[in-house]
Amino acid sequence: MDQIITENTANKESSVKHSVQRMETVKLSAFFGKVQALKDISIKIPQNKVLAIIGPSGCGKSTFLRCLNRMHEEVGGKITGSVTLDGKDVMKTDPVNLRRKVGMVFQRANPFPTMSISQNVTAGLKLNGLRNKNKLKDIVEESLKKTGLWDEVKDSLDKPGNSISGGQQQRLCIARTLAVEPEVILMDEPASALDPISTAKIEELIHELKKKYTIVIVTHNMQQAARVSDNTAFFYMGELIEYSSTRQMFLSPEKKQTEDYITGRFG
Amino acid sequence: MTTITGICLLIVIIPLFLILYYTISKGINFINWDFFTQMPKPVGETGGGMANAIAGSVIMVGIGSLLGIPIGIMSGIYLAGKEGSWFASSVRFLTEVLNGIPSIVIGVVVYILLVIPMKRFSALAGGIALGILMIPLITRTTEEMIRLVPNSFREAGLGLGIPRWKTTLFIILPAAFKGIFTGILLSIARAVGETAPLLFTALGNRFWSTTLDQPIASMTVFIYDYSKAPFDDWNQQAWAAAFVLIVLVLLLNIIFRIVTRKTFTT
Repeated sequence: MDQIITENTANKESSVKHSVQRMETVKLSAFFGKVQALKDISIKIPQNKVLAIIGPSGCGKSTFLRCLNRMHEEVGGKITGSVTLDGKDVMKTDPVNLRRKVGMVFQRANPFPTMSISQNVTAGLKLNGLRNKNKLKDIVEESLKKTGLWDEVKDSLDKPGNSISGGQQQRLCIARTLAVEPEVILMDEPASALDPISTAKIEELIHELKKKYTIVIVTHNMQQAARVSDNTAFFYMGELIEYSSTRQMFLSPEKKQTEDYITGRFG
Repeated sequence: MTTITGICLLIVIIPLFLILYYTISKGINFINWDFFTQMPKPVGETGGGMANAIAGSVIMVGIGSLLGIPIGIMSGIYLAGKEGSWFASSVRFLTEVLNGIPSIVIGVVVYILLVIPMKRFSALAGGIALGILMIPLITRTTEEMIRLVPNSFREAGLGLGIPRWKTTLFIILPAAFKGIFTGILLSIARAVGETAPLLFTALGNRFWSTTLDQPIASMTVFIYDYSKAPFDDWNQQAWAAAFVLIVLVLLLNIIFRIVTRKTFTT
């Protein structure tokens, strides 16, 4: 954050950094039974940018993420309003196909324990019918290289997926997500359980990935949001309080609540 | 307090050791190769074995497994996936009840439903009775083992765009496999030691038979018949058969221990 503040305080572009819209939510509300977790969220998610979602625990940021690939309904949740990917309503898309396009990385690294490192990478493809061994082998190498894990694990590809360190496991999970060739990647606090060095690696990786992918990352860590994202959305009590470029958000937030939160006065 | 619990412990293990002592001391002398390979001899002749009973037990436990394992695993998967629903709770409760039903009752029910309409005792009826006995045990272990698999694996699978049924079959089930396998072993150990449901269904047979719609011998019914017979050498053979059965069940339990130990250390 310090870095950003010293950079250029004069720049007050009030708008979100735009490019082609990939995803959009309009008046999205999410429910767990009768409890409303999200209220009328309208956000445009631009391509090849990193959107960070910040806010205190329970503000609905993870729920929002899980609405984007219909994982919310897997825990019995319901939504109203619309979520679109390239203008197409995701609720009318087969969730299986949707999730191949909108991949997800979870808070806790969760490599499949019964599979080897390489099997973990290819799980999504194999279970969807890809059988070509040479192709799968290439994909393993390619995906692991993208996540910077190849040199660390190339001699132990047949070892169990959970035999490597926590940070490596998380990068393995990202590689596994990349192998399916998604267009959008959702990350739910991907580094919150990791040490600073592993966190730095994940953040570097996010910078690298946004060249090809559109990324939405939920984070508790405001420094992280400031470091990795182009745009930031601040959620509070299920509502979208402010959505602007990350620079704007951290230098001169429009709303009092945002300012209080990012300066650590609450939350 | 320690003394009391110690005494209780002794009371618990004394019968076990008595059983082991008697079966081993009385049975082991009559164990020989013939016992496993020969057929029962006619009354009055000494020697002979229980080859037909071993084959019969294997066949009926096999039929029981074919019935009990898939049904048990599938209903376990179903129950693990439906936590709160009214139907699932009822099924879970009924499974508990089924698990507690005396095995002879299962035998009688199969007798009424299968033996009477078919007009004959059969290996098939015996196997089905054993299968019904195995179902609740396998269902419960499958459900519990699947519940132990962290939900994050399921979410990871779905998040990769893997259809739900494939996620269950190829990600959740393998992760729970060792536990389910031990449940299967335990249920086989139980089935192989059952006598009551077989009396009404398989009846027993002094001759070699592997035909599914004919009465068939089994180790437990062999023990039952031979132990109440008025001939000394038959009684001795019953001890020997009991010894074989106990060793078999012990082996299954040891395998179970080894497998579970591996599950919980990794």
